[in-house]
Amino acid sequence: MPMERSVSSRALALLAVAGLLGPTQARAADPIKIGVIAEAQSVVGASIPQAVQLAADEINAKGGIDGRQIQVVTYDDKSSASDAVRAFQRAVSEDKVNFVIASYISEVVLALMPWAARLKTPMITPGAASNEISVAVHKDYARNKYTFHGYLTSHALAQAVCDSAKEVLVEKLKAKTAAIMSEDAAWTRPLDAAYQECLPKSGLKVVEHVRFSPDTGDFTPIYNKIEAAKPDLIVTGIAHVGVQPTVQWQNQQVPIAMTGISGQATSSTFWANTNGGTQGVLFDSVALPGVALTEKTIPFADAFTKRFGGAPSYAGYMAYDAVYYTAEAIKRAGSTEADKLVEALEKTDYVGTVGHLKFYGKDDPFTHSIQYGPGLMTSVLGQWQNGKQVAIWPAATANGAMILPPAVKPAVQ
Amino acid sequence: MIGLQILVDGFAISALYALGAMGFTLIFGVSGVLNLTHGALMVMAAVAAWAASALFGLGSYAGAAIGILCGLAGALVTYFAVVAPIERSKAIPREEKEIFVLTGTLLWGIMIQELVAYFFTDNPKTVLPLIEGVVEIAGVRTPKNELFTALICWVVIGLLWLFVNRARAGKVLLAASMNPRGVTLLGHDMAKIYVAVWAIYGLLAGIAGVLLGMFLGVSSYSVGPLTASAFSIVVLGGLGSVTGSLIAAYVVGYLETATAYLISPAYRVIPALLLLVAVMYLRPQGLLGRR
Repeated sequence: MPMERSVSSRALALLAVAGLLGPTQARAADPIKIGVIAEAQSVVGASIPQAVQLAADEINAKGGIDGRQIQVVTYDDKSSASDAVRAFQRAVSEDKVNFVIASYISEVVLALMPWAARLKTPMITPGAASNEISVAVHKDYARNKYTFHGYLTSHALAQAVCDSAKEVLVEKLKAKTAAIMSEDAAWTRPLDAAYQECLPKSGLKVVEHVRFSPDTGDFTPIYNKIEAAKPDLIVTGIAHVGVQPTVQWQNQQVPIAMTGISGQATSSTFWANTNGGTQGVLFDSVALPGVALTEKTIPFADAFTKRFGGAPSYAGYMAYDAVYYTAEAIKRAGSTEADKLVEALEKTDYVGTVGHLKFYGKDDPFTHSIQYGPGLMTSVLGQWQNGKQVAIWPAATANGAMILPPAVKPAVQ
Repeated sequence: MIGLQILVDGFAISALYALGAMGFTLIFGVSGVLNLTHGALMVMAAVAAWAASALFGLGSYAGAAIGILCGLAGALVTYFAVVAPIERSKAIPREEKEIFVLTGTLLWGIMIQELVAYFFTDNPKTVLPLIEGVVEIAGVRTPKNELFTALICWVVIGLLWLFVNRARAGKVLLAASMNPRGVTLLGHDMAKIYVAVWAIYGLLAGIAGVLLGMFLGVSSYSVGPLTASAFSIVVLGGLGSVTGSLIAAYVVGYLETATAYLISPAYRVIPALLLLVAVMYLRPQGLLGRR
């Protein structure tokens, strides 16, 4: 640290001699530090530090934020809450980061929230979904205002699934009934509750509801139970699992179409991991390859793929946008001081890679989560077709039509 | 209907459990080693089979063969690089060697797990099944691959039984598991027997790993649960007893399947663990344990 300071001050002295910089700007050249806490070995988590680095390099190449360069410090938390808390403490007290971008696992983010409050350090999660995160901000705003839920809540995700199911599966496939199948985790409790509420409104009667442990290996009993209820659709809430239920759905030729949230299915490696077992699987995602949600989507996905050799996960898109809208907030605030930054972040109004991003306010029930709706951030319904993710809804951004999964017979009507 | 489903589904998973636990108990019977690398070796075999067929396009048969060879190689490396040096070491007191072997194999297993996660991420993978499609068994739609899994498991278990009970080399193994001193006195080299037993174990773990990858899929996260499940089956059946493990595997497999169907898939493993606790109280040597 002293080393850095002496080098930069010498450089600044030279610049000052050259008459390029005034003395007031010397302090402004301190870097802005972002702490990134995520699991490096998971496909979803690995994209987070990569996307943050990509955004930081782009901003730095254009001169940084008000002349200050961005520095990224990453920590691998192995998706463990205790590792994440230690990383957070270290990031704030030793590495002096200005804000933290953390995790896609709700349990981890919920464990970090009290620390963001205690250490008064703004934290943005680019991928955790549980309602509890933004509900906690709403309930104790004064303490928890440092946490930003930079992704859709489970409630909004369920709404997205219901909206897409209504237009595609109810209207075109004539589906009438659905079974909910979710892993037992923090993010799926509110998701299932919202499914129960919005599926009937979309014209789908819920005939079965199965929650299973995330370490389930054999899904045969689950599919048999669901099949016995004779639903037209399986609506999923899975992210910790994905490959196994998908492959077994295919191998057992379960004759029911599958849609919903499948975190792993959004990843580009899912076809190889399932040996093509994902053929015909429908899933909601924040973005899909080749689909221009805004003018920034494709340039980001291309730059990311070129640099890291694979497409970004959903959390990658959200993390990339998080760096940009926070950079704008720092400019607006004219400071990285926590309370000023929080205030500026709340005024976020930014067109990112996944849509028009705004946060819900203090009085909304899901304070500090990304606003969902047309013209804001929505979702894309994708389907795996012969090794590719095809966008089939909404119509404005669709690049293909839905096919029936191999074991599913044409609609009952 | 539900009874039949439990019967059909429980059969394959139990056979797979049996195959996985059999090698584990064999090693313990012959050399007294509790090999905590077990789950890691199975995962390594499955991921190697997956990588060979899905990433390098070698086809599912070549992939399966590579996976099994990987299991064999992994077991031999475990023996020569971890277990044998500890057993030979003069620096470690005799009575502490068991603990050192436990720790050594556990750490080696974690290393394998981390390497798999590092190179192939911790996302689960499934090995391309050798046989695809489904058949109806009395109204229960069953993947052919599930039947194939059960069949292979039973063929391998049968071969192992024949080897141990009929072949001369196998009888030596059996004798070694009963009385190592006696076998040494008869002029058999225990070192050679250990290598043979680890090689057999490696093949069994490799086959079980590849079949598991085809049937249910694995990820680096499976390492701990796989070791734990083999361990509890073996303890339930009686440490060192191959027949005991076989019976215990079926008890655990059917108990889990019945729980998943009749109560909830979320509580799948709980009754089996309760049974294990009960057995520990009432019959600490396990169902068919000799020690």
